[in-house]
Amino acid sequence: MWSYALKRAGATAVTLWAASVIIFAFIHVIPGDPIYVLLGDTATPDQIDRLRHELGLDQPIVVQYLQWAGHALTGDLGRSIFFQAPVASVIADGAETSILLATMTMVWVVLIGVPIGTIAAVRHGTWLDQGLSGAAMFFASVPTFWVGLYLILIFAATLGWLPSSGYPSIFEGGLGNLRYLLLPSLTLAAPNAALILRLTRASMLDVAREDYVRTARAKGIRPWQVVRRHILRNALLTVVSAFGFTFAALMSEAVVTETVFALPGIGRLVVQSILRRDYPVIQGIILVIVVIYLIINLLVDLAYRLLDPRVELQ
Amino acid sequence: MNRDGIALWLTPFLARPIALAGLCVLLAMVIAAAFAPWLAPYDPYAIDPVSRLMPPDAVHWFGTDQFGRDTLSRAIYSARMALLIGAGVVFFALITGIPVGVLSALFPRLGHVLMRIVDVLMAFPSLLLALGLIVILGPSVANSILAIGAGFMTTTTRIIYGLALRLRAETYVEASRSMGSGTWWLVTRHILPNLISPLLVQASFVFAFAQLGAASLDFLGLGAPPDIPSWGNMLAESRTFITRAPWLLFFPGMLIVLTAFSLNLVGDALRDRLDPRFRDVFGGEG
Repeated sequence: MWSYALKRAGATAVTLWAASVIIFAFIHVIPGDPIYVLLGDTATPDQIDRLRHELGLDQPIVVQYLQWAGHALTGDLGRSIFFQAPVASVIADGAETSILLATMTMVWVVLIGVPIGTIAAVRHGTWLDQGLSGAAMFFASVPTFWVGLYLILIFAATLGWLPSSGYPSIFEGGLGNLRYLLLPSLTLAAPNAALILRLTRASMLDVAREDYVRTARAKGIRPWQVVRRHILRNALLTVVSAFGFTFAALMSEAVVTETVFALPGIGRLVVQSILRRDYPVIQGIILVIVVIYLIINLLVDLAYRLLDPRVELQ
Repeated sequence: MNRDGIALWLTPFLARPIALAGLCVLLAMVIAAAFAPWLAPYDPYAIDPVSRLMPPDAVHWFGTDQFGRDTLSRAIYSARMALLIGAGVVFFALITGIPVGVLSALFPRLGHVLMRIVDVLMAFPSLLLALGLIVILGPSVANSILAIGAGFMTTTTRIIYGLALRLRAETYVEASRSMGSGTWWLVTRHILPNLISPLLVQASFVFAFAQLGAASLDFLGLGAPPDIPSWGNMLAESRTFITRAPWLLFFPGMLIVLTAFSLNLVGDALRDRLDPRFRDVFGGEG
């Protein structure tokens, strides 16, 4: 187990290094001199020279990369052009919203996807299964922002039950502010819950064919116990391994969802930074998200090994 | 393809009426895109200040938008953009994925390096990768295709690599190789023909998810220029009038869902008729 964990951690580190080269290159392949990109058209030659030296852009490219990567390792991601503040603190400001949104979404995904997927699998072949599976495929085919706009139209604009935009911090307004994230998290959960539902159903049907399930049935264990203890438990392994993928989907869809609901999170920050041409912020966010994503994938992989000893034998 | 071949492809659809319905929706979309100028009742760009934000009625079936443009006509013309983006992304994913995947499977050393590069690209969530590329390339229709295609290139390459590895280990391929067949012969005679049906499955899923990706880019204002009719652009504009003109939100969104849903149905049906050896490459659902 430990040697495997070390090997996987090493591979993750190599991937991260390669990804960091790409992210570093990002600011250099944007058309135009990065200095003009950073300072805008109104910069004086004096300012340009100073910044060029400050950023080390007069150094060889390898030295520049090492400096950038060294700073990134210590948490220094450069300065935002728009905010005139460190990128790291700009990202940290959006972190609360995004982390809470992701957490709430994952809660919905698990609460909706797993039980309904189980019901569909237990009743497979019936009209109930067809209805649930059809609904899941429908929600997997829906653009996230469309669901969001409809939830706003129904629950915010028409019924007036929930706020349609913004999010004041829970540290200032108390936990009640979580209601601002209710519609966004449901929006974000819709396609991902649909995916987990389909996956739970499919892997349960796979496991149901195993010999040990037949043995359990033959022993006279109550059907519901067989489903819960023998089928669902083993089927969930596959579902756990899909969480890395779900997280990536979540990050992508959060960009759109946060924009629809005008949430002060990292996703909306990316879009605004693109429109403001605030390249250091875009670069910083991409780096942070890639790091989180790789770590989650690593953890999911290791958790899978811990949960299923059979994997080690293969 | 001979008649038997066509019958073989149609069987999964005949067995499943809903998949056949999906196929019909897609056919309707192709017809809408091809004959848009004849099918659309109005000019999709024609502004009519008198009939702004009119709800659906006998004159404008899908209502009108804030400039008095006919929503139905714009929706029909948008099918062109949907097909263009979908076909473009599929083409891009295949044109890059096939050579990289097949060569990686045939030459393990090269494959090791190429697959590591694919791994690195997969570390970027798809929309984030697309947004990064849009920043570099600038927003346009062609760049939307490239940006969305880049995300699907990696998954497609992985799938082709997996399939080609299995094919390479087949006895008839080994036999052919031991009789002195060159790489070109192996690829064109044995590997590519066997890749056609699994790639058709992959293509329908990529086509479906490309629709959602393009809609997201359009919605963020980073996709097709706003004056071009596309379902994503129509939804982006509808946002301001969501309570006054809910039909502007309903029709384009429904068309995106219908398209993606149909493609998923078709993909599922095609997968079920696939050679069992290849089925698990696509994961999940049996």
